[in-house]
Amino acid sequence: MQTTPFSVAEFIAILEDLLEVEFTFHKVEELAQAYERFSATEQHYFLGWIRRIATTNVEVAWRFAHRAPKAWAHMDERLLDAWAVHAMDAYDRKGLRAAFKVIDEVDQFARLSHAEAVGAVFGEIAGVLLTFVRGLSGRPLKLTEGDASYTDSETLFLPPVIAEMVTAEDNFALAKAQVALLWAQTRFGTFRHDLDELIAKFSDQERALRCFHALETIRLECCLARELPGLYREMLRLRETLGQSRGSAWLPFEERLVHAIGIEDTIQLLPKAYVTEMPPRLCYEGELRVAAIRETLAKRQAREKMLLRIKLRELIDKAQEQPDEGCAGEKHFEVRTIGDNESLEMELLLDGQPIVPPDDMRQMMTSIVLDFGGIPPDYLFPAGDGEYDPRLLVGSLKDPDEVWQGVYHEDGAFLYPEWDHQRQHYRKNWAVVREKTVTPAPIGFVEETLAHHAGLLKHLRRAFEAMRDDNRLLKRQEDGDNIDIDALVEALTDVRAGHEMTDRLFTRMQRTERNMATLFMVDMSGSTRGWINTAEREALVLLCDVLEILGDAYAIYGFSGLTRKRCEIFRIKAFDEVYSTQVKERIAGIQPQEYTRMGAAIRHLSQRLLEAEAKTRLLITLSDGKPDDYFDGYRGPYGLEDTRKALQEAMRAGIHPFCITIDREAHEYLPHLYGAAHYIVIDNVKQLPLKIADIYRRLTVR
Amino acid sequence: MDARTLSPETYFVESQPYYEAVGQEITIFDAAYANRLPILLKGPTGCGKTRFMEYMAWRLQRPLITVSCHDDLTASDLVGRYLVRGGETVWVDGPLTRAVRAGAICYLDEIVEARKDTMVVIHPLADDRRVLPIEKLGQLLEANEKFCLAVSYNPGYQSVLKDLKQSTRQRFIALEFDYPNADLEARIVSKESGVDRATADQLVKFAHMTRNLKGNGLEEGASTRLLVHACKLIAAGVSSVVACQAAIAQAVTDDAEMLKAMYELSSSLF
Ligand SMILES: Nc1ncnc2c1ncn2[C@@H]1O[C@H](COP(=O)(O)OP(=O)(O)OP(=O)(O)O)[C@@H](O)[C@H]1O
Ligand SMILES: [Mg+2]
Repeated sequence: MQTTPFSVAEFIAILEDLLEVEFTFHKVEELAQAYERFSATEQHYFLGWIRRIATTNVEVAWRFAHRAPKAWAHMDERLLDAWAVHAMDAYDRKGLRAAFKVIDEVDQFARLSHAEAVGAVFGEIAGVLLTFVRGLSGRPLKLTEGDASYTDSETLFLPPVIAEMVTAEDNFALAKAQVALLWAQTRFGTFRHDLDELIAKFSDQERALRCFHALETIRLECCLARELPGLYREMLRLRETLGQSRGSAWLPFEERLVHAIGIEDTIQLLPKAYVTEMPPRLCYEGELRVAAIRETLAKRQAREKMLLRIKLRELIDKAQEQPDEGCAGEKHFEVRTIGDNESLEMELLLDGQPIVPPDDMRQMMTSIVLDFGGIPPDYLFPAGDGEYDPRLLVGSLKDPDEVWQGVYHEDGAFLYPEWDHQRQHYRKNWAVVREKTVTPAPIGFVEETLAHHAGLLKHLRRAFEAMRDDNRLLKRQEDGDNIDIDALVEALTDVRAGHEMTDRLFTRMQRTERNMATLFMVDMSGSTRGWINTAEREALVLLCDVLEILGDAYAIYGFSGLTRKRCEIFRIKAFDEVYSTQVKERIAGIQPQEYTRMGAAIRHLSQRLLEAEAKTRLLITLSDGKPDDYFDGYRGPYGLEDTRKALQEAMRAGIHPFCITIDREAHEYLPHLYGAAHYIVIDNVKQLPLKIADIYRRLTVR
Repeated sequence: MDARTLSPETYFVESQPYYEAVGQEITIFDAAYANRLPILLKGPTGCGKTRFMEYMAWRLQRPLITVSCHDDLTASDLVGRYLVRGGETVWVDGPLTRAVRAGAICYLDEIVEARKDTMVVIHPLADDRRVLPIEKLGQLLEANEKFCLAVSYNPGYQSVLKDLKQSTRQRFIALEFDYPNADLEARIVSKESGVDRATADQLVKFAHMTRNLKGNGLEEGASTRLLVHACKLIAAGVSSVVACQAAIAQAVTDDAEMLKAMYELSSSLF
């Protein structure tokens, strides 16, 4: 790296290139001058960011370049990194305008930071706090970055940086207190009353809402003091450190709410609070956003009512399948809560008999109780036949746009990060993966394939049979299952001759248990149309046949996708499925779909593979070796690098990836794409099962 | 002595083990035993299966032979083998054979861990034949009428590859165990460790928090056993937060972020 800083002229040239001034007509002269005063290292650092941001969007990079020199005065690298990444995230999620907003509000970003940059940065604390809040009881909440601390009753939002306190520990503690208070709102019934209706009675609605929020915060503090005393002590300490209090006018309310039972107590005090001087907002208090709550609540309640009633119907249908417990009784559901007022333990009764609801149903019941304080009677009527259109049910599954901010498993979608090689950062929760199954096709294909390759098959079967658990008899062991007669005879002779007798007198069976799980990941992208698709299907037919001989666990999945929001995984055979007619029909039915977003598929299937218990885990990808998704830049280096990264992640998790490229030519980028993973290029279906037998043998030799 | 030879603890449980019934398990076990039916205990780790077996052994006044199965355990380890002593070969019964002869309760812990060939000897014992094939002696040993076979199995963390086969599980009367409800669990924990009821209640609350995290980064939440451990530390003067971290959090995970989150939970609670 150079040691002297760039001259203004040199800097201009670099910026002109990075910011594509040829097309964008940005003026970079003034900009370059702003960077003149920096050291070579600093210049390099800034240019690094400008370059990375420019790969996302040139306009954002330009703004950034503009703001960064001034911002640098109040920031250190860690904070500036956070700012830049935040801006790009904003761009990814909400577009240009949002990114500009983040960049323009750098002062706010910087103001929040102290000289030591002790702020709690969302990206760094989110993991721990999400786990923290999931550990608390109630509805599984999501945690996302927002412009303030508030909740819509399903997602908790936290600002990008929390830095009101002097030390990093205290800022984390404050973030935790904010999360806990938002959780308490969902847990202790803040949303059980229609807030619009509540404040409508007051002439100054904003004031009424603020007073309601302050009163609720007092009530929830009391709940927290009971449930989480350690946390409550922390909250008091934080408040004291900042010298915050509600003032003496609010003391009576604080006293009144100590023994509050529920939201009614708060509501009762509201008229009086409304005419009292407004208290300051405490550091952990956050905001109450009625609009966000209203919308989420309405959607959730409609959905949960429908789903619960459908589930109850299913329970009845199931009960009726059991002959003696059937028909009698009027099928009346009842819910009994166990324990005190705020307990979430409950029992579901069908005609007076307790029944155990499945997990997802229990979770839904908890969510309903949080909203209503109990299960409303009309929720307990099982859905009638055809009362709900099944399409509604599908529609009620959330749209991927909504789910992609949350945690991993969500309403059937899985979210995975994607590696942006230009940013040198992961894009978080970027790829939305869904599992589907393949439409079966006539099994004739399987029979034809077996007949057509009969000779090869015979050879393969022999090869695989030879690899089966071989039990070897070890002789002259110190212990074992049986006496080694030869050794014993010799030993007795030795004893007679006055020698010492050996103790190696046993034979033992040594079993080389294979203990392998293999997942085949089959490219179903459009580019496999034609002979590659046929080759894949034929290879799978032969493989399944011989793998059945070995008895090893194996699974087969296909993958394809169109943009990051529709990465599709097609289940052909799961680990716990047997090689049935159905599986055969699915193999026959493998059809080219759309594009190849390979990274997401590798990440998802690695997870599946890790769930299988085995000493050796093998991920075999069958593809044409061209990661490619036309629509959002997943082609060329981006797709290659992400795929490469995903393979590295798999290896780090202890998986052996083996990539098989089916193509008539070996492209020169393949060694880079597959990195340290093993790979081969084949152009003939017959080679495939042989090669796999080979891999198998290699991996099981100790 | 030869390290591979198992010397099963053959013993009568002398004094009454402390066991709180969680459901109908005692009645069911009694009835199964009276009808010479084998029993399968299902449930997560540390929820009281072993304690229950000790209690039942005491209650039925039978010796209890426990074998913890592992992936090297073979049929010979259970049934027995020849040993050479002073130039002669001697047959030595394995723990299962001893139990079958003596009319003891044989408890095979974590049965799915054992090698597949052990099923060959378990199957004929677990159906109405109630015989143990001793291949090397060429014998079929008929079980003593007091003999009882019980196996345990944790469906939770077993993968599909290590599932119990239908032909095995359908021979047994199944008892499902789970963590006791909050009230009962607090009573158990307090009794076992000597901490007061209020502390036990808090610890149970913490256990529930960790159980909420099952599937969210934790494979398994804190078991009753871990709660007892934590409370024993607390009874010995360790602070609650430290005890939770040492006895529970560190026991269930190695993940730094998860450990921190669990620390935040326990420090919020106490
Ligand atoms: N119902 C109960 N009554 C009394 N003590 C119990 C009960 N349930 C659990 N315990 C306590 O929990 C501890 C752990 O239980 P135990 O060792 O029986 O678990 P386990 O189910 O056999 O676990 P594993 O599957 O790991 O062997 C016991 O030592 C005891 O202190
Ligand atoms: Mg045990």
